[in-house]
Amino acid sequence: MTAQAAQEREHAVVIGLEVHVQLETDTKIFCGCSTDLEDAESNTHTCPVCLGLPGALPVLNEAAVEAAVRVGKAIDASIPEQTRFHRKNYYYPDLPKNFQISQYDAPICQDGELEFTVEGERRSVGIERAHLEEDPGSLTHQGGNIDTADYTLVNYNRAGVPLMEVVTEPDFRDATEVRAFLAKLEEVLEYLGIFDATRDGSLRIDANLSLVDVEEVDEDGTIDDDVLAEANRTEVKNISSHKGAEKALAYEAQRQKNAVKRGREVEQETRHWDESRGITVSMRSKEEEKDYRYFREADLPPLEVSHWKEELSIPELPDARRERFGEEYGLNEEAASKLTTTKQVADFYEDLAATFDPDLVATWVADELLGELNYRDMAITDVEGRLDEIERLVELVATEEITAKNARETVLRGMLDDGDDPDAIVDREGLGKTQRDELQGAVEEAIEENPDAVSDYHDGEGGAINFLVGQVMQKTGGSADPGDVNELLRAELEE
Amino acid sequence: MSYNAYITKEPIDGADDGPLAGRTVAVKDNISTDGVRTTAGSAMLEDYVPPYDATVVERLKAAGATIPGKTNMDEFGMGTTTETSNFGPTENPAAEGHVPGGSSGGSAAAVAAGEADLALGSDTGGSVRCPAAFCGVVGIKPTYGLVSRYGLIAYANSLEQIGPIAPTVEDAAELLEVIAGQDPNDATTRDATDEISGRTPDDDIRAYTFADAADGDVDGLEIGIPTELLAGADEDVVETFWDGIDELESKGASYHEVDLPSVEHAVEAYYVIAMSEASSNLARFDGVRYGRSGGYDGNWNETFARAREEGFGEEVKRRILLGTYALSAGYHDKYYKKAQDARAWVKQDFDSALEDADVLASPTMPVPPMERGESLDDPLKMYLADANTTPVNLANLPAISVPAGETDDGLPVGLQLVGPAFGERTIIRAGSALA
Repeated sequence: MTAQAAQEREHAVVIGLEVHVQLETDTKIFCGCSTDLEDAESNTHTCPVCLGLPGALPVLNEAAVEAAVRVGKAIDASIPEQTRFHRKNYYYPDLPKNFQISQYDAPICQDGELEFTVEGERRSVGIERAHLEEDPGSLTHQGGNIDTADYTLVNYNRAGVPLMEVVTEPDFRDATEVRAFLAKLEEVLEYLGIFDATRDGSLRIDANLSLVDVEEVDEDGTIDDDVLAEANRTEVKNISSHKGAEKALAYEAQRQKNAVKRGREVEQETRHWDESRGITVSMRSKEEEKDYRYFREADLPPLEVSHWKEELSIPELPDARRERFGEEYGLNEEAASKLTTTKQVADFYEDLAATFDPDLVATWVADELLGELNYRDMAITDVEGRLDEIERLVELVATEEITAKNARETVLRGMLDDGDDPDAIVDREGLGKTQRDELQGAVEEAIEENPDAVSDYHDGEGGAINFLVGQVMQKTGGSADPGDVNELLRAELEE
Repeated sequence: MSYNAYITKEPIDGADDGPLAGRTVAVKDNISTDGVRTTAGSAMLEDYVPPYDATVVERLKAAGATIPGKTNMDEFGMGTTTETSNFGPTENPAAEGHVPGGSSGGSAAAVAAGEADLALGSDTGGSVRCPAAFCGVVGIKPTYGLVSRYGLIAYANSLEQIGPIAPTVEDAAELLEVIAGQDPNDATTRDATDEISGRTPDDDIRAYTFADAADGDVDGLEIGIPTELLAGADEDVVETFWDGIDELESKGASYHEVDLPSVEHAVEAYYVIAMSEASSNLARFDGVRYGRSGGYDGNWNETFARAREEGFGEEVKRRILLGTYALSAGYHDKYYKKAQDARAWVKQDFDSALEDADVLASPTMPVPPMERGESLDDPLKMYLADANTTPVNLANLPAISVPAGETDDGLPVGLQLVGPAFGERTIIRAGSALA
């Protein structure tokens, strides 16, 4: 072992996350403005409240609290008797009131955990807290960054979209774990029906990363709080996906190790993840401790939520569903896993499995459908309105009206590429069982009527098959596919 | 003569019919009026025209009132004299050469001068009651949560309420009927129609009736008089106050003295809380959308600072700075948290005093109206003048100020009656025996 390698092994990586998740509600958290911002013109989804006009007052959208309580149930967190809001005071041009309504001493979720699998191992990470707050607006800097731009445009459409900040314990030991955790978190949120991964900015991640002496890690993997407090850590900002998180933190861990290797101390600072360059960049260490001057938001009375956890139901979560799919439908782990990654796929599978053979449906949904979608960079959500057509395709296969090969190669691809419906493709391509029967009849007739050509074929004369194909084409009025005819003839002649 | 009661005179017409049809209601300039500029007395909002009506303005319009204009006030409500207004001081029509009180000085002066039949003010620590007392008219500070604050430019949002100012108690009560009631846009409003006798379900609107309580009947009324609130008052004022109590007694009321030991700390607690909240409420005025923006060199942070330095007056800056300090790490527990504890204590004191009394009476202000310019250089003196009014805001209780008479120098003196939470009818009945 080299000296360097030894030095690297002396440090364990410690990562904790603050994950900002936009919650899917119809309206913003403190006003009635729509949260459907796709393609919206700037500053059109606004009102006195989310613009922070003088005199406007927030009114809590209880749907956002319900969503948060559902998350709390899913991560087995404790929900307080009463939840309340605080003001987090800081000046920033995207913040309409120059304070953010957030939560402080009574967050909606506390002490939860989330289990996930990484490289075949089950892991659990503690969720210290998850609280609700309002999203700020968004800024576009013209001709530079916030310090150098000629001017900056402010769009308040996003201001007031409900955000949940999930704060984990510093339980991660490498970037791979972070990615697996985030994927699992997304999966759970999606199951709860409160998260849209395709929405721009729906997931934003800040990560704290530090190195501690490997000797300080206890046998059960925990690290003493004092040790953690002493380690200099960097806060990495501007991460917006789980893939990005893995890359950013792998980079940052290596950067810190390299620094230590060269005998330098890791500076306590905030760093910015530059996705395009694949590096983290120092945002200059203005590390005077931020003072947000939190105090109670008197405009929002405390909300009694003690009974909400009991009253609100959540759907069966991915892990439980995976297990049940194995037991109930006899699926192997891989198929069960593929079929439960999103609730919509799982629901679709169960719909079909109620009518058709669960094994066949599993192949069709998990392999054929998801495979073809994936190949086209699509998701089930992109064919949301066409699930009945896909069901029809599965029916055609299940009732053996078309062959699996045709179903996959001709029908499914045609559906996805050209937007046709399955019956139309079957008709057009002559794939239906009845058409096959007619074709089969014509083939048999042609063989019977042309014994010379048949014996020529068996004598190895190449032209004979073409003659027979021509005969069949004549009988079917040219509607048959010559390739299919060729195939059928050969099959019949070889019998 | 002009009293400079208005900042903007631009009439807003209400509905043709309604309980206030044919009457004018002047509106304090920190209450948002759709399409009519609303300055809060500040240069920062010199050009600000709200795109929406405050709930109380909607209700005035629906009730048929005409709003003759927006009245002068201390900048953002921060003052006791209406002298911190960016639009010049208001003269006291009832005592010329003296301040009209504040911060709703323009509203009280408009009513006293007959420039409006009625007016709305806002009361954070006495801002309705003080000018009512100084101008010889009636003012009510409602229970916190009775009247919607939606559209009221916040100074200290946990303390303030919009309240009526009028020549008589009955008039004030009529105006209160119009503006009171739960509002879905203000989560701190409460429907207390069940608690207040005289509830009349009017279709699906749960309306209050207050005016019929102004019957002057105080027979059997038990008045508590907190000795602490007399101790620091001018002799002249105390004498006039006792004249008022004598009159109530002659009509069948009786009184006893009570102790409110906590009120000694009320002014301090009030100012810490109000300034802390103000430091946050006024943070949005940063030159981006309000005030003079642009044209400065430097980064956005410096630009914010410059816009705020230019746009705010001295008193506003003082309170923002002190409030920011009181909330800062290391001082939060020493100031803000302590003030919250004191607030809880004051509440408790008032609640227990009101167990043995229907109302608590004191002079509204410990002093008669100051001469103009007298207190401006001494903020502490100005703050101490709020000793009798601020505890009521800390306790979230309703209070009324009615004219009790004049000092020997002919200066108006107000008598304050404090009731239990949502006890508006009680203070209206008691006050109507005097005005």
